[in-house]
Amino acid sequence: MCLAVPTMLTEKREDHGTVELAGVSREVSLLLVPEAQVGDYLLVHAGYGIAVLDQGEAQRTLSLLNEIASASLDT
Amino acid sequence: MSGASSYRNPPVVAGLLDRVRRLAVGRAPLRFMEFCGGHTHAIAEYGLRSLLPDNVRLSSGPGCPVCVTASGEVDAAIALAARPGVTVATFGDMMRVPGTAGSLSDARASGADVRVVYSPRDALEIARACPAAEVVFLGVGFETTAPVVAAAVLEAEASGVSNFSVLSLHKLTPPAMRAVLDAGEVRLDGIIGPGHVSAVLGSEAWGFLPRDYRLGCAVAGFEPTDVVSAVVALVEMVAGEEPAVVNAYGRAVTAAGNRVALQMLEQVFAPADREWRGLGFVPNSGLQLRPEYADWDAGLRFDIRPSSAPEPPGCRCGEVLRGVIEPRQCPLFGRACSPASPVGPCMVSSEGACAAHYSEAEEQ
Repeated sequence: MCLAVPTMLTEKREDHGTVELAGVSREVSLLLVPEAQVGDYLLVHAGYGIAVLDQGEAQRTLSLLNEIASASLDT
Repeated sequence: MSGASSYRNPPVVAGLLDRVRRLAVGRAPLRFMEFCGGHTHAIAEYGLRSLLPDNVRLSSGPGCPVCVTASGEVDAAIALAARPGVTVATFGDMMRVPGTAGSLSDARASGADVRVVYSPRDALEIARACPAAEVVFLGVGFETTAPVVAAAVLEAEASGVSNFSVLSLHKLTPPAMRAVLDAGEVRLDGIIGPGHVSAVLGSEAWGFLPRDYRLGCAVAGFEPTDVVSAVVALVEMVAGEEPAVVNAYGRAVTAAGNRVALQMLEQVFAPADREWRGLGFVPNSGLQLRPEYADWDAGLRFDIRPSSAPEPPGCRCGEVLRGVIEPRQCPLFGRACSPASPVGPCMVSSEGACAAHYSEAEEQ
């Protein structure tokens, strides 16, 4: 029910825009994420963007998980 | 970078599982609750339960909005759909949830106008396209969904759509988490916090878990590395650190959440007592439209209020939702009750614990 899929914002027109996932375009409301910019990844839930994914945090998480995983396997 | 594949990297999952094993070895059995039905689904889909060490168990919680919709709430939705001139619009996963006399799907088969929509905006569009119809959107869902429905109500107000209304069955997750813990029926060692609820609510909303219950909470996303890294964080906390709220879903969740969404939710909705399947009445655990938005309140417009109704005979969804029993401990599980012919809602929704355990059993 709380399913929300990361999709890239490809167009922004005032309070709505277009997102693209796996080649499929979809209209999305940006009322809840007014800060979203073209190129951002949004979590989209029931036709509304609900969060803008933080790319820096995404990268930090991936590096950290890699580190924990390899440290555990190497010892 | 935001692609899901980065979070499904098998060597990383294996490394994280190894870390769980090393931390858990020799410990008394640990039991964590995944609050959210999305996590229940992901755990089943990726077979994570069987990859964890024997002394680390995951139990499902009450975080499946479809599952916790009470029989009486389904009955109220069906009663609305039976009114002449009323079109009920709902998310698809509500269609097969049983009330005391059938489901919305049954009502549609008997001629009621029930439509599945992807978004409350679709319901608003139906209202615009059919001015003679009264279109009622079923407001089901947690803090993730309520702001979206609030936004649709505000859009209806701004564009003067008067034949659109919402039957608010929305529920709030922290009061439900407290209700499960206060019941004292389950001993837990930590909570996997809901990812998309927390994207709206903020991870700090779970601060009461370490503060009031001495329980660690790891807010997690829905990919395999997300879930397993949350388990790593929870075992680490058990292993010595102070319980705290760890945000293991930093790319989507901030401490304070989505302020715009919360502001919209609070503008349109006010807390209300609400009945949950499995938990009974929980004070201030639901949302009702504020008096300023009474014109869009389907409960008032059609004078319909959900009343308490019995659950299906023999169904133990309630105990499953509180983590008191595992799905297979229900005598109906896999016999009278299966995804093809579900008795209770935990077998209806793919996020329900019973449906998830059923699919795991099929895999093995």
